[in-house]
Amino acid sequence: MENIRLWVEYFWEQISGFLLDAETPVHKLLLMLVAIVLFVVVMGAILLAVDRPKRVPNWLVTAAFAGPALLALAFGLVYPALRTAYQSFFNRNGQEFVGLDNYVTAFVQPEFQVVLRNTALWVLLVPTLATFFGLVYAVLVDRTRFEKAAKALIFLPMAISLVGASIIWRFVYEFRDAARAQTGLANQILVGLGLEPYQFLVNAPWNNVFLIAVLIWIQAGFAMTILSAAIKAIPDDIVEAARLDGLKGVQMFRYITVPSIRPALVVVLTTIAMTTLKVFDIVRTMTGGNFGTSVVANEFYSQSFVQGNGGMGAALAVILFLIVIPVVIYNVRQLRLSEEIR
Amino acid sequence: MSMYRKRRSAAIASGLGLALALAACSGPPGSEEGAGAAGGGEAAEGCEDYQQFIEMGDLDGTEVEVYTTITGDEAEAQEASYEEYERCTGSEISYEASDEFEAQIAVRIQSGSAPDIAYIPQPGLLQRLVNDFPDAIQPASEEVSEKVDEFFTEEWREYGTVNGELYGSPLGANAKSFVWYSPAMFEEAGYEIPQTWDDLIALSDQIVADHPDTKPWCAGIASGDATGWPATDWLEDVVLRTAGTEVYDQWFAHEIPFNDPQIVSALEATGEILRNPDYVNGGLGDVSSIANTAWDAGGFPILEGQCWMHRAANFYGVNWQQVREDVEIGEDGDVFAFYLPSASEEKPLLGGGEFVVSFEDRPEVNAFHTYLASDVWANDKAEVSNAGWVSANSGLDPELLQSPIDRLSNELLASDEYTFRFDASDLMPGPVGAGSFWEGMTNWLSNPSATEDEVLTFIEGSWPE
Repeated sequence: MENIRLWVEYFWEQISGFLLDAETPVHKLLLMLVAIVLFVVVMGAILLAVDRPKRVPNWLVTAAFAGPALLALAFGLVYPALRTAYQSFFNRNGQEFVGLDNYVTAFVQPEFQVVLRNTALWVLLVPTLATFFGLVYAVLVDRTRFEKAAKALIFLPMAISLVGASIIWRFVYEFRDAARAQTGLANQILVGLGLEPYQFLVNAPWNNVFLIAVLIWIQAGFAMTILSAAIKAIPDDIVEAARLDGLKGVQMFRYITVPSIRPALVVVLTTIAMTTLKVFDIVRTMTGGNFGTSVVANEFYSQSFVQGNGGMGAALAVILFLIVIPVVIYNVRQLRLSEEIR
Repeated sequence: MSMYRKRRSAAIASGLGLALALAACSGPPGSEEGAGAAGGGEAAEGCEDYQQFIEMGDLDGTEVEVYTTITGDEAEAQEASYEEYERCTGSEISYEASDEFEAQIAVRIQSGSAPDIAYIPQPGLLQRLVNDFPDAIQPASEEVSEKVDEFFTEEWREYGTVNGELYGSPLGANAKSFVWYSPAMFEEAGYEIPQTWDDLIALSDQIVADHPDTKPWCAGIASGDATGWPATDWLEDVVLRTAGTEVYDQWFAHEIPFNDPQIVSALEATGEILRNPDYVNGGLGDVSSIANTAWDAGGFPILEGQCWMHRAANFYGVNWQQVREDVEIGEDGDVFAFYLPSASEEKPLLGGGEFVVSFEDRPEVNAFHTYLASDVWANDKAEVSNAGWVSANSGLDPELLQSPIDRLSNELLASDEYTFRFDASDLMPGPVGAGSFWEGMTNWLSNPSATEDEVLTFIEGSWPE
């Protein structure tokens, strides 16, 4: 018995050594050949199996296609979610059951209330303002001569990562003493207007608004792209009819454009709302959650990983999850509705 | 044994297997290895100091994984300091550093991929890790323990001890009770180095009167998500001076509440400097500019003559060269530091340091850990360090230290005249020491309406039961 085990080990070592430690070109070429042969064999087997006439039961085909994805979801999403929910009922190192204490703390303690207030502020302001700016912009540049260039311009921030955008905006908000030359754009403008330089990132609660501006700057491009496409899809005959009935300018916008693109508007609003709820990068990069600017996602990270308070972090993650769920459901339903219309 | 390590050694072993098969060699794997000093054999040239570690086992061809918080230039100096050890023992040190160490180390332990050795920067974190993962961290071996007894004071041994058992051996140390200043500016203005706390305040007032276009103090506490830590150091230094070491010990152990009246008055004393619009923030703005000035840029106005004094640790020395390559540190140089004077007879010295812990008990890990606790490493490190590194290791030869500030720190750390106390925020539980204490101090400086009592009561409220 022991002998067989040794032999198996020996051969396994030979094989894995051959596969893992290719040093010479000949060895590497040989490895490539092995890989190609393996590929042909495996693909051939799959094709052969698929090609077999209908003897395979339906459930097996379904399982073969959906199975791996379901397994990955269960392992990578469902299990961690359940475990996080479970952990949120325990103390900082998960050894002592504390019931709902973490949740009570999150809603009762003033510092966590500030976090929840900030998150609410973000969710109210970012989707509405980003969608508003995107929509107005889309209508304004629609069918003008410079439409393409104008659209590219506002879409550009989408291409920048959130951390990159945060660093750019931190430079914009940079503060220097009035006696010295300003390095931040915003304060240079203030000084140019004869005003005192302002601590954009420090003075609460307005600093939240200046952080929110960053996400609006990024998301407005997204809103504009989707809404612009929706506007272009409004049938010409409706617009024509409305025009014959005497609708103009703002009225046209209010009674024709907006109702026609309502499904797209809802999708844009809810998608941005979900992004906003999860916002973390901007806060962490620009203020680190200091000066009363922390949001749920940032506080969750800080509690879990910096302060070693696992239970509290899990509770905050669950709270975030519970807030996002209704938005997701609404978003999916609207998507389905708009597809039915089409 | 970690997954990563397992796979590595399997790969190495299988590689050897193939080599043996190809060479039709029948000897046991590893027998042909033998470059450099063979385990337990005689040492290579110039390796006499390392003989004691070579004798600890068959080190040749082994690898030790080290995970630390030390990044940047200091990381290069760390790696350079192991070179002699690696040459003499044949053991390879693979160094990995991360700014996210404090967050990642627990994750790595939980996921079963702990490093062989980690440098833990806070005794509080060491306590937490040992309590949360009692099986992951190895108690210090006999050899390490002997070195710690030989080269470190009882206080330092105590900081590396959890529940009566030694886990961490001290590595580097720092001294934080320093005030950086420009010797030239002081000389020109005819100012003396203050010897008492009252002298310090009198000097500040003198500067306000003599030089109304500058401010006596400058500071910055921004440091990413650790923003606020320099302000906690300020308060700790003042607590040591106004309330004394005894109160300080009770304070970080939570034997007295965080918002004890003595701490409130210490914070008020700190506020007489940091929240005094006449005193701060030289060349940087008003009081609230402290909160979002990067900690490493907080002292730079001294070089422009805009500010006179900046309280910071000896390791602040490495920052000056960010401004100009040729900034000279020394009593006759561009900048130097004096000891933050005390308000009482006691001469407290605030400081910190890292602690080496092992997660494995393989011979090569134990040998390297023992080496790090020894005078041999301390002197190897001193030879390759720039400004800003010292150790509390009594075997360290001060002559080897490169910078005057390091020699001064070493002198203070080694002297009986000064009472060393470890940075309290590093000793407190995570939610306070790495959370509400930073947050509270940041709020105290950025929000003019926050009172001392409010700030300390907020921190007290966050102390875990």
